Amino acid sequence: MNRRNAMTALAVLVLAVIADALLSRVQGDGPKGAEAAAVWWLLAGWVLLLWFVLGRLAQLRGRVLGLLAPALFGLAMLYLWEIAVVGWDVPRVLLPAPHAVGEALAARWGALRADFRQTAVSVVAGYCAGCGAGFGVALLADRYRLLQRGLLPLAGLAGAVPIVGIAPIMVMWFGFDWQSKAAVAAIVTFFPMLVNTLAGLASVDAMHRDLMRTYGAGHLATLLKLRLPSALPFVFNALKINSTLALISAIVAEFFGSPIYGLGFRISAEVARMNVDVVWAAIALAALAGSVFYGLIALVERAMTFWHASYRS
Amino acid sequence: MRTEKPSWAQSVGPVALVAAVLIVVWYAAAVWLNAPQVIERFDGIGNPWGARELVDATWSMERPVLPAPHQIVADWWASVFGADLDSPRSLVYHAGVTLSSTILGFALGLALGVLIAIGVVHSRVLDRGLLPWIIASQTIPILAIAPMVVVVLGSLGYPPLVSKAVISMYLCFFPVAVGMVKGLRSPEVLQLDLMRTWSATPAQRLVKLRLPAAVPFLFASARIAIATSLIGAIVGELPTGAQAGLGARLLSGSYFGQTIQIWSALLMASLLGVLLVAAVGAVERLVARWMGAAA
Amino acid sequence: MSDAAVQAKDLSLVFQTADAPVTALSAIDLTIARGEFVSFIGPSGCGKTTLMRAIADLERPTSGSLTVNGVSPEQARLDRAYGYVFQAAALYPWRNVLRNVMLPLEIMGLRERERRTRAAKQLELVGLTGFERKFPWQLSGGMQQRVSIARALAFEPKLLLMDEPFGALDEITRDHLNEQLLRLWERTGKTVVFVTHSISEAVFLSNRIVVMSPRPGRIIEIINCDLPTGRGLDVRESVAFAEIAHRVRAALRSGHSYED
Repeated sequence: MNRRNAMTALAVLVLAVIADALLSRVQGDGPKGAEAAAVWWLLAGWVLLLWFVLGRLAQLRGRVLGLLAPALFGLAMLYLWEIAVVGWDVPRVLLPAPHAVGEALAARWGALRADFRQTAVSVVAGYCAGCGAGFGVALLADRYRLLQRGLLPLAGLAGAVPIVGIAPIMVMWFGFDWQSKAAVAAIVTFFPMLVNTLAGLASVDAMHRDLMRTYGAGHLATLLKLRLPSALPFVFNALKINSTLALISAIVAEFFGSPIYGLGFRISAEVARMNVDVVWAAIALAALAGSVFYGLIALVERAMTFWHASYRS
Repeated sequence: MRTEKPSWAQSVGPVALVAAVLIVVWYAAAVWLNAPQVIERFDGIGNPWGARELVDATWSMERPVLPAPHQIVADWWASVFGADLDSPRSLVYHAGVTLSSTILGFALGLALGVLIAIGVVHSRVLDRGLLPWIIASQTIPILAIAPMVVVVLGSLGYPPLVSKAVISMYLCFFPVAVGMVKGLRSPEVLQLDLMRTWSATPAQRLVKLRLPAAVPFLFASARIAIATSLIGAIVGELPTGAQAGLGARLLSGSYFGQTIQIWSALLMASLLGVLLVAAVGAVERLVARWMGAAA
Repeated sequence: MSDAAVQAKDLSLVFQTADAPVTALSAIDLTIARGEFVSFIGPSGCGKTTLMRAIADLERPTSGSLTVNGVSPEQARLDRAYGYVFQAAALYPWRNVLRNVMLPLEIMGLRERERRTRAAKQLELVGLTGFERKFPWQLSGGMQQRVSIARALAFEPKLLLMDEPFGALDEITRDHLNEQLLRLWERTGKTVVFVTHSISEAVFLSNRIVVMSPRPGRIIEIINCDLPTGRGLDVRESVAFAEIAHRVRAALRSGHSYED
């Protein structure tokens, strides 16, 4: 019954969208320049309709069907954004309409692609270096208690410190090119990886450790067979957080100085020229890349930690 | 084997040891990194020089590649205690500017996060429709928009404090929202059933059960949120034209090649971050004591 | 005396806690012969688990002597002389049943084929043939515990140490597993040291019951239990059973186990 209702609701929505499209065709260029009141009514009507439809869709379960609600929500936000911006004639400088962003993306595709490649190199290099180093130091600290007790509080402190501030210094040391951005990303991703890996290695309960003792297993065997697999969920947690952090750090590091390409450079340059739609296009690109990166890691996580309690409800 | 709790000496000792090692390494690195420039200068002058002179020189350059720790501390001290509190040469002044937008952004982000969490827990629509987007928003490099927000809001007449606070708010609300959702949903089914047997209204359930249960989650997120808020405030100061704040100081140091200034601004920012997180931790301990947690 | 499985002489163990030292074991004298099924019974804090952990070299005694198979507990552990079963199954959720049972053998360094044969044999012993590819969360609590027992038997040790292995299960499953354990013991002739706080379980399974009491942990009485071999759960209704259970209860009472 629920499914039926949801499908009906979706169908109603689709019809409404088509009707709207036809209507704006008839009126020519949509409700542009219409009175503010009319736009309010249009928005209100859409919100009510969407609430109704989403309420039905929200009851759907299942991997694919469960995505309908957020997908619709996102599309709805875009649509309402478009209506509001066009209807109220919002200045392009303040908030461009989605179609303007799309146009900018298409128009400057060549430059944006080069920017993306530049930033991507520093993100991936920094991410691998930082996560690898964090993991390695965690293994060392796990082996040598003294190192762990000394390092962990300092690593905790580092979480409170705005590490991105180190960007200008990296630029000074490694120059303007991707290496300095990678260095920043590496340092930023190092600490979450260190802290999480150590937490994961420590998450094994006493019972399991005792059992390993009764098997006469040494430190290495215990590490490989028990503690590393147990630590995987924590490690992946850090890997996911770090994917976002690496991207953001690289982009912000580019604010401090970059050759003439890079997403961060593009953003700060176009902001200075008030080409806000290009800025939004660059951000959309970065957001897409970030989501894909995160999604890939989540997929690998599911494959490697399928056994974890969080996957069974 | 039973492990005993480490004594005070066992906790502080290793930290002090690691910190000491780091400082020694720093001094050595300063010599190594600054040496080329110093050697060039010495050769230019022509006087004979030995290791002693080299080391001394590398630790007292005006624009070193890597300043020695004592140089940084000296500059920091001078900027904090040696300058007028409202002059742009005082780090305290800059820290104050950054701090004000950090705290405002944090407060706003906290409020927004809590409101969103309450909404998500009580409305199916928001839960299924909005929550995935909130989680996805983490992959969007919002910090990247920071300059734009500042410039745009600035051109609309809002003072930089507001635009920086908006950036900080956007950064903070996420950990708070996610943490609060987990916290508001943390009571066991058992407890919720009990509430039902008392015919409690959703509002009563929220205030008497869910919110108190969510307090530990709130504080855990608040610690992350305030550190993030600080980063947001600093990055918000990066666009050209910003004159005040720690971010601006970092930027100007970078433009004029004043390495020591950069490092002492970083030191100030780090101290600020540590202080803020410690403050949140202190409030947490007070609240926990008040709520009857074990000592 | 070196053919005794476990021998404790004047064994004491004192824990240094934050408040004050706790005497978990005080002057324990005990000899367990090969092939015996001995239960330790007593209230919480009487030292039964501590004694077993000392045998397993998971705790170090502070004074007295303790030998396992004639050597020190540490040597016995390195020789892989015993299998340990905890109250919880403690299986690895990322390994299937077969690989869980193979774990100790991997650590021992056996080859793949040898591991498989041995693991399959132990699973057959506990009646779980056919479940090799299942993951722990797909099994019931009782079955998980049986896998845990199979795993403890993987080394084919002569000594089995079991710390309230059925404590977390419901009574019906518990009874079923008690019967299975008894059959297994009769079939293999291993020495079993079993910690429990169920009087009927101790009387049903053991041929000797060691009654302990706390503050400080010590042995109150050792009771012989000579119920017929090949017994089933029905023996619980017999007069002999009730008599022995009564003696255990009286010993516990004299050790102040029923007081605050």
